[in-house]
Amino acid sequence: MSGHSTYQPQSPFMQWLERRLPIASLVYSSFIAYPTPRNLNYWWTFGGILAFMLGVQIVTGIVLAMHYTPHVDLAFNSVESIMRDVNYGWLLRYVHATGASFFFFAVYVHIARGMYYGSYKEPREVLWILGVILFLLMVATGFMGYVLPWGQMSFWAATVITNLFSALPGVGEPVVTWLWGGFAVGNPTLNRFYSLHYLLPFVIAGVVVLHIWALHMVGQNNPTGVEPKGEKDTVAFTPYATIKDSFFIGLFCIVFAWFVFYMPNYLMAPDNYIPANPGQTPTHIVPEWYYLPFYAILRAIPSKLLGVTALAASILILAFMPWLDTSKVRSANYRPYYRQFLFIFFAAVIGLGYLGSQEPSGGYVIAARILSVYYFAFFLVILPLLGLFEPTKPLPNSISESVLSKGAAA
Amino acid sequence: MKLHRILFAFALATSLSAAAVQTASAEDAPPRQKWSFAGPFGIYNQAQLQRGFQIYKEVCSTCHSIKLLAFRNLADPGGPDFTEAQAKTIAESFQVTAGPNDQGQMFQRPGTLADRFPPPFPNDQAARAALGGKLPPDMSVLAKARAHEGGFPQFVIDAFTMYQEGGPDYIHGIITGYTDPPAGETLPPGGQYNRYFPGGAIGMPKPLSDGQVKYTDGTPETVDQYGRDIAAFLMWAAEPTLNARKQIGFQVLIFLIVLSGLLYFSKKKFWRDIAH
Repeated sequence: MSGHSTYQPQSPFMQWLERRLPIASLVYSSFIAYPTPRNLNYWWTFGGILAFMLGVQIVTGIVLAMHYTPHVDLAFNSVESIMRDVNYGWLLRYVHATGASFFFFAVYVHIARGMYYGSYKEPREVLWILGVILFLLMVATGFMGYVLPWGQMSFWAATVITNLFSALPGVGEPVVTWLWGGFAVGNPTLNRFYSLHYLLPFVIAGVVVLHIWALHMVGQNNPTGVEPKGEKDTVAFTPYATIKDSFFIGLFCIVFAWFVFYMPNYLMAPDNYIPANPGQTPTHIVPEWYYLPFYAILRAIPSKLLGVTALAASILILAFMPWLDTSKVRSANYRPYYRQFLFIFFAAVIGLGYLGSQEPSGGYVIAARILSVYYFAFFLVILPLLGLFEPTKPLPNSISESVLSKGAAA
Repeated sequence: MKLHRILFAFALATSLSAAAVQTASAEDAPPRQKWSFAGPFGIYNQAQLQRGFQIYKEVCSTCHSIKLLAFRNLADPGGPDFTEAQAKTIAESFQVTAGPNDQGQMFQRPGTLADRFPPPFPNDQAARAALGGKLPPDMSVLAKARAHEGGFPQFVIDAFTMYQEGGPDYIHGIITGYTDPPAGETLPPGGQYNRYFPGGAIGMPKPLSDGQVKYTDGTPETVDQYGRDIAAFLMWAAEPTLNARKQIGFQVLIFLIVLSGLLYFSKKKFWRDIAH
C-alpha cells in the first residue's frame, strides 16, 4: 500500500537507529501513515477494542497469577483471598472475569461486522482465517480460565467439555485420560489448565501480530466493499482512525465499568461460589454465556459423536466462508437478500444462546434443532446459492463517490 | 428500516425459541426486598450488619461455619464497623485450635484478630454425623452462591436496574419461607417444607422465630427483620469490599464519561473537513 508520507528520522540518534533497526519506520508506516478508508463506520473500532481488551486481560491476569494457587485444595480459597486480602484484588479479579465477557462480546461484534461487510472475501481470506484461529484460541483460553477458581461450575464444565473428546471413535478414552492427566478431572488437570491459560494469551498476541500484518498487506475493507482507488479514498491511520478508536474504546469502557463496579457477579453463575465437589453434580450445568450458542448446537443432536462434530464444525465452518460465498459483491448494503438471511442468522445465534441456557427438554430441543439446521444451512446452502441468483444493487465507483453522494443527499 | 428488520429477525428467533416456554422450577421465587446496599450508591448499613452478626453468632454459628471471615474483618471499614477493641473482645470469646506446642500437642486458646472464625465442627464428617447426615454449607460466600433464576425477560431488565441481590433475597426467603407442605407433598424423614428452597424439602429446621434474638436498638424482633439482617450480614461476609467498589466505580464512571466526551469532540475536530 502506498502511504501518505514516509518516516524521515530527524535526530542523529534516530538516524543511527534507523540504519540498524528500522523499528521507528515500521511503527510509523503501520500505525501513523497507514492509509485507512475514509468511510469506515464505528463497527470498525472493535478491532482496536479487542487489542485493548487483550492488553487488559494480560495485565490483570499476570497480577492475579502472582496471588493464585493452582491446587484443588487451595484454588478456591486463593481466589477468595485475592478478593479479601490482596489490595484491590477484588478490582483485578472482577476486571479480569468481566473482561472475559466483554472480550467475547467485542469479538462477536467484530465477526458479525466481517460477515456483514464481506470482509472475508478475496483478498482477505488469510486475514479472516487468522481471525477464526484467534477466536478458537480465545474459546480455549476462556474455558480454561473459567476452570481456575475451582467452583462447582468450573469443575463440572471441565468434566463435561473434556468428556466431549471421549466421543472420538477408538481413541476417545485414552485421549481424555491424557487430557486429564489421570482418571478423573483432578489436580493435574487444574495445573495444566493454569499453565495453558497463562501460555495461550501470548499465543493469541502472536497471532494478533500476524492478523494485523495480513491486514496491512491487503488493507481494510470498508462499508461499500469497494477497494480504495487512491489517496482521495483514504486518510492516515493517525490521527483519524486512532481518535475514532479511542472514542469508542472510551464508550466501551463505560459499559465495562458499569458491570465491573455495579454488577460484577451478573455474568457469573452463582454455583461457581460453591467449592468444587466431585461427588455432587449441579442440577443444571451451563457454560458461560459466550459459549451458549455452540452448547445448544451440541445438545440439539442426540448422538454424542455427531453433536461434538457439529460443535466443532459450527466454528470451523467460518474459516470456509470465503469460498462458500459465491457472490462477487462484498458489502451486505448492496446485497438485499443476503442482508435478510444474515440478520435471521444473527437472530438464530442469539436464539441458540438462549436455548443453550435452558434445560434441554421438549420444545427447547425442537427449537434448538430448527435453529441449528438454519445455522448450517446459512453457510452450506444459502451462501453458495445466493451468490448465483441474488440481484445486487449497483456499487459506487469509488469510496469518495459514495461518501460525496451521501453528503449531497444529507 | 434497518432497525425494523433486526427486530423482525429477533422476534422470529425468539418466538421460535420461546414456543415452549415453561418455568421448570417448582419452588417459588423469593420476593425481592429493599436493601441498603442495592443500586449504584447503595452501601451497607452498619447497624444492620451488627444485628446480622448477632444472629450469626447466637443462632447460625451453632451449625454453619464461616471459615473465610477473620475477626479483624469485623473492624474493617465498610463492614459492621466494630471498634478494634470490640472485635478483639469478640475474637477472645471464641476458642481456636492452635499448635502444635513444644510438647507436640494441639491446644485451645482464645481467638485473636488475625484468626478466622473457627468452624463449629472439627471437620465436615463430624458435622454430618451430628446433623443427621446433612452438611450445613459454609456461609463465607453463601450470599453470592445462591440465587433464584428470573429467566427471560427478567435477566435483561436486571442488567439495567443493577440487580445483584439475588443471594440476600434468597436467604431472606429461606428464613421466612417455612410453611406447611402443600397437600399431597410428602417430605423425606427429617425434612421440613420451605417454599423457597429448591425442591421444597429442606434439612434445616426453622432456625428463627419472633423474639428469639434480643436486639438492643429497638429494631422489631420479627422473623422478617431477622431474615433481612442476617442476609445483609452474609452479603457483607461474601462481598466485604462492596462499599469501596461502588465508590471507586462512581469516580471511574465520571472519569470515563468526561474522557469519552473529550475524545468525541477531538474526533469531531479532526474529521471536520473530511467527508466520510
